[in-house]
Amino acid sequence: MSADAVTLVSDGLSHRAGVPVLELEDARKSYGTDPPIPALRGVSFSVGAGELVAVVGPSGSGKSTLLHLMGTLERPTSGRVVITGLDVAELGDRELGAVRATRIGFVFQQFFLAEHSTILDNVADGLLYAGVPAAERRERAANALTAVGLGARLKAHPPQLSGGERQRVAIARALVGAPAIVLADEPTGNLDSTTGEQIMTLIEEMHDQGATIVVITHERAISDRCPRQIQLLDGRVVADTFS
Amino acid sequence: MQGGLDSPRLSLPDLARVASVGLRTRRVRAALSALGIAIGVAAIVAVLGLSSSSQAGLLAEIDRLGTNLLTVTNGQTVFGQTAELPLAAPGMIRRIGPVQQVQYTGSTSADAYRSPYVPVVNTNGLAVQAASLGLPRAVGTTVAQGVYLNAGTAREPVAVLGAQAASLLGIDRIYPDERVRLGGMWFYLAGILKPALLATEIDNSVLVGFPAAKRWLGFDGHPTTIYVRSGISQTAAVQSVLAATANPEAPSEVNVSQPSAALTARAEAQGALNSLFLGLGAVSLLVGAVGVANIMLIGVLERRSEIGLRRSLGATKGQIRAQFLAEAILLALLGGAAGVAAGAISTIIYAHIKHWTAVVPLGAWVGGFGAAILIGAIAGLLPAIRAARLSPTEALRTV
Repeated sequence: MSADAVTLVSDGLSHRAGVPVLELEDARKSYGTDPPIPALRGVSFSVGAGELVAVVGPSGSGKSTLLHLMGTLERPTSGRVVITGLDVAELGDRELGAVRATRIGFVFQQFFLAEHSTILDNVADGLLYAGVPAAERRERAANALTAVGLGARLKAHPPQLSGGERQRVAIARALVGAPAIVLADEPTGNLDSTTGEQIMTLIEEMHDQGATIVVITHERAISDRCPRQIQLLDGRVVADTFS
Repeated sequence: MQGGLDSPRLSLPDLARVASVGLRTRRVRAALSALGIAIGVAAIVAVLGLSSSSQAGLLAEIDRLGTNLLTVTNGQTVFGQTAELPLAAPGMIRRIGPVQQVQYTGSTSADAYRSPYVPVVNTNGLAVQAASLGLPRAVGTTVAQGVYLNAGTAREPVAVLGAQAASLLGIDRIYPDERVRLGGMWFYLAGILKPALLATEIDNSVLVGFPAAKRWLGFDGHPTTIYVRSGISQTAAVQSVLAATANPEAPSEVNVSQPSAALTARAEAQGALNSLFLGLGAVSLLVGAVGVANIMLIGVLERRSEIGLRRSLGATKGQIRAQFLAEAILLALLGGAAGVAAGAISTIIYAHIKHWTAVVPLGAWVGGFGAAILIGAIAGLLPAIRAARLSPTEALRTV
């Protein structure tokens, strides 16, 4: 199923915008019914394979809603969200599960690691719902942890790690399935600035190796490090710039 | 590319692993909520096990005593008066082919007292009976103290006490020259019998020899109860001819019974008394189920971020539902296993103390585990549905 999925392996043309992996066409989302409160008022852009994009905006600008739509955790009220050519509106719960399991990786501000499991198991769980056999899950998890610099601490538990290390584990978990796109929601939000710098450096490295990454942030310092910035304000894209 | 886009099922080991996450990370809570189910299952298994064991014990005792004992007693005449068995009845019965032993007793009108100073109304309900010399062996008992009557003492004022009679008279040991008053006369005590399970009427009797009873107690010599042992396979055949043999002139005035049959029926009816305890066990199970459901619901609320994470990792609603349902079943199953073990162990210990064979019926094992699984499934259903319905974005919005 992953014949068309972008792999971690670098093709040597890392900053090239390839085939679109994520397309939004006039995506709108409102909550409630009486009256509906719009969170996104028509957002259109597309992210090509191998891009590193920052979605930046103040709180209340619709960043979280956009993340949920891009991550297929929610469907748009109207408009289209297409992941690797698949229209979210046409997919059922099981198919969306499969899309998330095999094509989307998430990195959260709060890491969301299972404290009672080793980091190896935490990362291996990134493949749990993709139908990968247990032995292969662990093997790939070990490789992914090595790639983020934690290869020597596979048996450690999250509470034994620093915040930056935990976010590295979360990044390894997002990347272990070689997803078509990684969505990082305020990945540095819970970290001090030095550690945040290191995490951004890691994200850039992963991008250099070919991963397609969308970083959602409210910090200009973070978004400025990305080659492309999409600015969001009041549920609309106000700027889409390449630096 | 659309082809093959479907969530694979979790393999059973994977499902077991995700289902045990909550139990492994909250061990004390899991143990406490499983306890209610464990207690209920233990109560049910122990009640079933104990009643089966005691039943088996009683049936083994009946088997040991033999099911080939038949008793012949005098019935009533058509006018409602007490009938008499003919003097020749024991001899006639002895001539039936398969009959192996014939022993008999005859009721006298005498009362038994410890001393002449006991008021005559205080009879303690004791019967004074003339008894034949092989009686204890025929009814399956032996002497607990002293000796039984023999050809010599049967002619003398000598008595043997049934187990119950001895305790009612306050005699638990045979001393030389120990005497009781029977029919206004002193009788020396020779021995005390052990309880006779198949002939409890002997237990509260004072037994004397036939010649002695005739000589001193005004006994007419008519037997009132005849104990017949026959070949095991012939018992039914013997039973069918006993009445006519004992009293050929009036077979309808003779009662014939098989004491072991009554005891067996009683042993089997004993199970009915357990329904109360089974009901208590069921109530405990119900309370346990509510406890599991409650804990699972709290768990779903507490683990919203885990649910959200799993959804973002690709878990479908069905997989989340399966995880929480499996967790509830696993929890109940642990409680059920502990309960079955506790119930079986207490049955074994109690049966050992009582010298019974410990019997835990298959139904108790299977029922215990089955009830636990069922309860887990029912208790886990609502929490599992809640967990699956939780929208992933809401679940992730916890912190």
